[in-house]
Order: sequence, then structure tokens, then C-alpha cells
Amino acid sequence: MTEITISSETRRQSANRIQLALLAVLMIGLLIAPFVLYPVFLMKVLCFALFASAFNLLLGFTGLLSFGHAAFFGGAAYFTAHAVKEWGVPPEAGILLGVVGAAFMGLIIGFFAIRRQGIYFAMITLALSQMFFFFCLQSNFTKGEDGLQGVPRGHLLGFIDLSQPLNMYFFVLLVFVVGIFAVWRIVHSPFGMILRSIRENENRAISLGYSVSLYKLSAFVMSAALAGLAGGLKALVFQFATLTDVTWQMSGEVILMTLLGGIGTIFGPILGATFIVTLQNYLSTTGFPVTVITGIIFIICVLLFRRGIVGEFNASRLAAKLGFRSKN
Amino acid sequence: MVLSARDLCRDFGGFTAVNNVNLDVHHAKVHALIGPNGAGKTTVFNLLTKFLQPTSGKITLLDHDITKTSPARVARMGLVRSFQISAIFPHLTVLENIRVALQRPGNLAIQFWLPLGKLDVLNNRAMELLESVGLENEYDSQAADLSYGRKRVLEIATTLALDPKVLLLDEPMAGMGGEDVSMVAELIREVAKTRAVLMVEHNLNVVADLCDYITVLQRGEILAEGDYATVSNDERVKVAYMGTDHD
Repeated sequence: MTEITISSETRRQSANRIQLALLAVLMIGLLIAPFVLYPVFLMKVLCFALFASAFNLLLGFTGLLSFGHAAFFGGAAYFTAHAVKEWGVPPEAGILLGVVGAAFMGLIIGFFAIRRQGIYFAMITLALSQMFFFFCLQSNFTKGEDGLQGVPRGHLLGFIDLSQPLNMYFFVLLVFVVGIFAVWRIVHSPFGMILRSIRENENRAISLGYSVSLYKLSAFVMSAALAGLAGGLKALVFQFATLTDVTWQMSGEVILMTLLGGIGTIFGPILGATFIVTLQNYLSTTGFPVTVITGIIFIICVLLFRRGIVGEFNASRLAAKLGFRSKN
Repeated sequence: MVLSARDLCRDFGGFTAVNNVNLDVHHAKVHALIGPNGAGKTTVFNLLTKFLQPTSGKITLLDHDITKTSPARVARMGLVRSFQISAIFPHLTVLENIRVALQRPGNLAIQFWLPLGKLDVLNNRAMELLESVGLENEYDSQAADLSYGRKRVLEIATTLALDPKVLLLDEPMAGMGGEDVSMVAELIREVAKTRAVLMVEHNLNVVADLCDYITVLQRGEILAEGDYATVSNDERVKVAYMGTDHD
């Protein structure tokens, strides 16, 4: 028995080493990327990757399927854009306001949604986010169909000029890394363990004395806040905030990204978002209908690799050999 | 008396699943709840642990009225249940399953900013519990990979991890092999020395051997109660279990 234990320990250590190496390669890649690829495209990928990771915190690690995450993403984009453009606050404060606003919205929507489970939970989040969509459509502060345009990127901490693409890129990269680290930390924490136990068996968690609703609501607010971080960032990158980001299609897109990459994995949503955003970018110039392609991809994903790209890899023999998963 | 129910009733849209049940569970005693299928045993469990709200009646736990208390709060007050279907966390390891139960009393449940390694302080206690049920060698396995009987054993160990004052076990031996049955029976006998146990059980040998007091339910009502000798000689109980005697 001890031998098995030891071999599984060493396998885990080697897995950690491989993962660290992959992480290092990825980071170096992200540092070099803006000199090779178009920075705005890369920033878009990073924003959506963060958005999908925030969504995955709820779906993959708490087991709650929200169909209204666009409200937090797009809502934060409006908050940040409004604060920066109309109030003239510095970019870092603008993003912070976006995060706080999204978290507050998460508190309200989450408060109602966690009262129900499964499909009813999803329907409540959809209904409330649609209400927010109509609010955005009608109210003055969002400028309706025009959206908030010409949002200045401003100077980070007063001296870094974010209108320079490279400065902006590295700022986005920094926020992205911090955001992903936050997700990783929450998932791999005592709190994250309770979230996983709720996902696994909610009644059992209750019978162990956990006030499950409070844990769910906390996870919902954290996920909303991180989605808001991505949304606020996106508003600065593109220098506008429009209705597109609060539509239900956006909520659907983030589900697709997460499913495609692999729910309940850290890298899955990042990969899924990269794939979808890249695809959209290429297809937008060909005149080929993007929604048809994403629809087909969604069907293929659900039929053939339900665990998503990273999930299937983790479950494969190669991953077991490399030690990503203990066999016993 | 640590747990008591008075005139407990529960209707499901006109169907009375539990009708005027009175129950007293005592410290250091094993109390069995038996009865044919559909008698309302699990409903009584759900009412006592507040997973269901009673239509009428009153429930008292350690001199506190818990009739309107939430299930999580009832659990924190020391009334912990197991489930009929093995209620484990399938994709956590065996050790993690136990640790989840230990996290709350150990005040390590809300820290979203701490690394998982902080939970290692609970490992010793968790391993002790696993050893007490003979699961120590499987600590690193996924709970889903355990055999059915071992899952039930894990569930009981998880329940015990909370050191409850009252233990409600819903068919703890269902689907277990003979070896596990005697081990779990021994375990229940041991833990009942210092706490109250209420269990639903179909295996009458186990009930005869283990339980101090028996309540027989039929169609949501109490049919008979007393020790095993009293209950097993009761004509109505015989009829309920064996059908009408035509001779």
C-alpha cells in the first residue's frame, strides 16, 4: 500500500512540474505575442478568457449554470466606460467601479436565483439579465443603441499612457493573470472545497451543517465580480460599451466557450475562449455566418467530447501517463 | 431525552404521509424505526432533520424548539443524518470526503484566500476516523470508485466526523456485505455509548441485536412500540409484516 501511495505522490509531483513548465511556456508566449500578433485581438482573447474563467467558477466548481452572465460582463463595461468618460476617473478606478457594480448586481440576481435549482436557476438568471438588457436599452446613461463611444483609456496610475497599444496590452495581461490567479486560489482553497462538495451532493453538504445558500451566493458574487473585471477591461480595450455585451447571446457564448474548453478545469475556459474568439475573427472577414459554425462546433462538442478539450485530455491515457491524474 | 417529536404530521397535497407521530430519542440508546415500505420512515427522518417542514406538530432538540429551524442549523446543533442513497461526494477522494465534514467545526470553510494545504491539519483526525471504519488504505481513492458497501461505510464515518449528539441513520446497512454489516453494527454500538442514535433498518437481526427501543410505523402512524420482545410478539406487527393470517 505504501508503495502505491509513494508512486502516486511522485506522479503528482511530476504532474506539478509539467504543469509549471506549461505555465511558463504559456506566460512567455503571452509576453512575446503582442510583437507577433495584433494586440487588440490578443486583448480581446484575454478579456473573454477571463470572462469564461469567471463563469466556470460557478458552473464548473459550484455546479450552477447561470444563463445571465452577460449582465455582469456588459454591465461592468457600461459602469467602467461611464465612470471613465463622464466622471473622468483614472482607468484603474474605472475598472474597480465596474467590478463593484458587477458584484452588486451579482448579489441581487444571485439572491433570487439561488432559491431554485437546475433549469429554474438558469431561467431566473436569464430573466433578470434580460430585464437588465431592457434597462440598458431604455436608460439615458447607456445611450441606448449607440452605446458609450470614445471612452478614453487614460493614464494608468497617472503616468502610464494606455493609448499606446503595448502599454495597454501588458496592463490587460497583468489584470488577466491576477484574475486567473484569483479563480485558481478560490477553487483551491478551503472555501473552494466546500463549493465542490455542494456541486457533488448538495443535500449532504446541508446535512453536514453548511448553509449552502450562503456559499452559493458568495460564489455567485465572486463569479459576477470577476466577469465584471473582464467586462470593464474590455470597455477600455475597445473604448466603447454597447448593448452587444449584455445580450443573452453573450451569455450563451460564454457557456459555449467554457463547455468547449472543459468545465471544471482551469485552462479549459481559457482555451475555449481563445478558440471561439479566433474563429470569430477569421470568419468575420470571410462573410461566412459565424453563428452556423459556432452552432456546429457546439453540437460536435456535446456529441463527441462532452468533457471539453482540456477535460478530454485530462481523462486520456496520455494525461495519466504524464501524471495529471492518479490512476488508483 | 435529547430529541422528541410531538403530534408530528405531514400532508402531501391531501395524502397524509405522517400522522400524529410521537417519538422520544434518548441519550446513549439505539432507537429503531421500522415498518413496511411506504410506512413513512424516511419522511419522519426528513421532518426531524428539517429537510421537510412538518404540517403540524412540534420537534425539540436538546430543549430547543427546532420546528422552524433550517436543516443546516439543525445539523450544527448536533443532529446529523445519513441518507438512504449513499450520500458521499463522489469526485472527491475518501480523505477529502471526511475532511469536508471536519472543515466547519475546524473553522476552515470560508477562507477562499488560503491554499488547500491549510486543510492538512485535519488529516490526522480524518485518518483516525477512516481507521475506525477500516477505510484507511483507500484514503487516496476517489469516493466514486468504492464498492457500494464501502460507500455507506464512508458516509457513516463522515457523519461521525461531526461528533453529533444525535445520529439519524437511514438504512445504514442496506446493500452491505456480511462483514461490513457486523463492523458497522459494532461501530454503531460503540458510538451509541455517548450519543443518541435513531435508525431506520430493515434487517431485523440487526435491529434485535442492536436496538434498545423500537417504533413500528405503518401508513404514517405508529403501530406499536417497545423493546424487541414486545414488538415482535405484537399481533398487529406480525400482520403488517407477514400479511393477514388466514388460519
